[in-house]
Amino acid sequence: MATETLLPSASPVRFVAEDGTRADQHGGYGEPSRERLKEAYRLMVLGRRFDVQATALTKQGRLAVYPSSAGQEACQVAAALTLAKQDWLFPTYRDSVALIARGLKPGEVLTLLRGDAHCGYNPAETRVAPQCTPLATQTLHATGLAHAMQRRGEDGVALALIGDGATSEGDFHEALNFAAVFKAPVVFFVQNNRYAISVPFEKQSAAAALAYKGIGYGMRSEQVDGNDAVAVLSVLDDAVKHARDKNGPVLVEAHTYRIDAHTNADDATRYREADEVAKWREADPVTRLETYLKAQKTLSDNEIEQFRSDAEDFAQTVRDTLNAEPELDPLSLFDHVYAEPTRHLEAQRAALKAELEA
Amino acid sequence: MTTTMAQALNAAMRDALKDDDNVVVFGEDVGALGGVFRVTDGITADFGEDRCFDTPLAEAGIVGFAVGMAMGGFRPVVEMQFDAFAYPAFEQITSHVAKLRNRTRGALSLPMVIRIPYAGGIGGVEHHCDSSEAYYTHTPGLRVVTPGTAQDAYDLLRDAIDSPDPVVFLEPKCRYWSSEEVSFTRSGPAMDQAVVRRPGKDVTLIAYGPMVATALETAEAAKEEGWDVEVVDLRSLSPFDDETVTASVRRTGRAVVVHEAAGFGGYGAEVVARVTEQCFHQLHAPVLRVTGLDIPFPAPKLERHQLPDVDRILDTIARLQWADTPVVAGA
Repeated sequence: MATETLLPSASPVRFVAEDGTRADQHGGYGEPSRERLKEAYRLMVLGRRFDVQATALTKQGRLAVYPSSAGQEACQVAAALTLAKQDWLFPTYRDSVALIARGLKPGEVLTLLRGDAHCGYNPAETRVAPQCTPLATQTLHATGLAHAMQRRGEDGVALALIGDGATSEGDFHEALNFAAVFKAPVVFFVQNNRYAISVPFEKQSAAAALAYKGIGYGMRSEQVDGNDAVAVLSVLDDAVKHARDKNGPVLVEAHTYRIDAHTNADDATRYREADEVAKWREADPVTRLETYLKAQKTLSDNEIEQFRSDAEDFAQTVRDTLNAEPELDPLSLFDHVYAEPTRHLEAQRAALKAELEA
Repeated sequence: MTTTMAQALNAAMRDALKDDDNVVVFGEDVGALGGVFRVTDGITADFGEDRCFDTPLAEAGIVGFAVGMAMGGFRPVVEMQFDAFAYPAFEQITSHVAKLRNRTRGALSLPMVIRIPYAGGIGGVEHHCDSSEAYYTHTPGLRVVTPGTAQDAYDLLRDAIDSPDPVVFLEPKCRYWSSEEVSFTRSGPAMDQAVVRRPGKDVTLIAYGPMVATALETAEAAKEEGWDVEVVDLRSLSPFDDETVTASVRRTGRAVVVHEAAGFGGYGAEVVARVTEQCFHQLHAPVLRVTGLDIPFPAPKLERHQLPDVDRILDTIARLQWADTPVVAGA
């Protein structure tokens, strides 16, 4: 494949400027349908409300921890919307909103962060891998699974979500290399939100853009304005189609920003200035899409009101779900360590049972 | 026909590939070359590149890719080439391979085998001779097995490939070329069972992998000293077969655990603890260990000092004359 065809656009693909007016850096990509964009907007409003609610729930002790993705809704929603039912999503701990957009229930999504279990949904049914905590390790799983689907003649694509910090990990590079060599139908979607906990992008990588990482592996790459939902959706749609059409993997870097701290336990004022955050708040992906769709007469005030009201109802569902403490069975600790429990585990289970009954 | 352990492993993979279309073999150099030890010799030629293929040189990549393929319905058998080369894949093995079933409450399983040629005795240079079993046995969710004979190489690898759990399959590379008559009928004991390789009355030698042959040699040599030595081959390091081991030690009243890995914090400590807890009243002496030294694996010309040998094991058996009852039967 000629290197030129792998090169990302010179500047991030953008359909909508920060003020919501039409921009023209779309590099030949087609604009998604109005209905699709309206659905993206609906989910972004929902996702923002979910994120605010989850953060609030950490303060009430209902969640052990919550890593906010506020400001990254365009990326989160597009990642879910671009995938078909048979495709696999490989999320990280920060990608709860993507899971909501994929159709998972709040209780399923928050099980991990609430501390009830390591995964609250059935990955085999939802085709969503467990939210991954070690960085970049899931990019290899996505690659292997994409290869497996291709070998079986299935039509599936795997999309792995990672952050800027994860691109420094060895597994990320091994995954890109494997994916390119095996021409696996996988999309690596990097949400470059500028900080890996406290370490700014400038200290993370000397690359002009992470999108350039793909070329050396022989992989098509692209960069996109991560706060422009129209652009993210368009670029990801194209990337997924590229992979589905057996043209090999794609690396997409979205330039975005994490508005809140790494998690509720982090103090972001220690490592970044307030005016930087304020500047990025101006680039808010939700209001940008709203302004654009209103100007395009795709979205009415009534619809916006309806979406917000639905999001409020959803927040109530989130609260109700989290307020109902599920009963956890300590004896279930011994389940699913092996296909069949070993004698050691049966003995330990009996000991714990006796302890509980004493 | 006699078969070497390497050939027995090769036959096990071939038979598994024939029996189940989902079985795939991959790793570095496993294709045209047939692996650096030729354990996958001819498999690509006979089964095609779809079933046995070379990957880029990246151990975390090989194991992580196998995780995805197993999630997608395949049964990967991957080769790590050498013990210490598997360390880059350690995170994938401990954080993902071992835990996916548990994390997903049984919704996903990883029926995969990670083959690791391990231990010394072949004059290998550094990073080619580690005994890394304790790292893996310390990880819940993994099964860890190691054959001591060519027959077990076939049986255990067939069982490991069929296992619904991920298996770390440790191949004692110094035994690759030892040969014996092998039956390919899979009539041996189950994968998680230890076996008494040689019955004896006075002391139980507990060994596995490369040390099984050494323990059997020791038992022969001990006859001259008047000691009747029982040899137990663990086969499965995790889970551990308490029943076979404790039954033996209760019979003999004395036990020595032999392994090549460093002793401190090693696998033998677990065996000693379990035997002591379960056989205390039958023991005539403390359970002792003969292990590798607590040093990084030495350079080839010095490795003989690292490896437990017959003399060192005999000396340790001699130390077992702790109580009134002598080790030497009838003496």
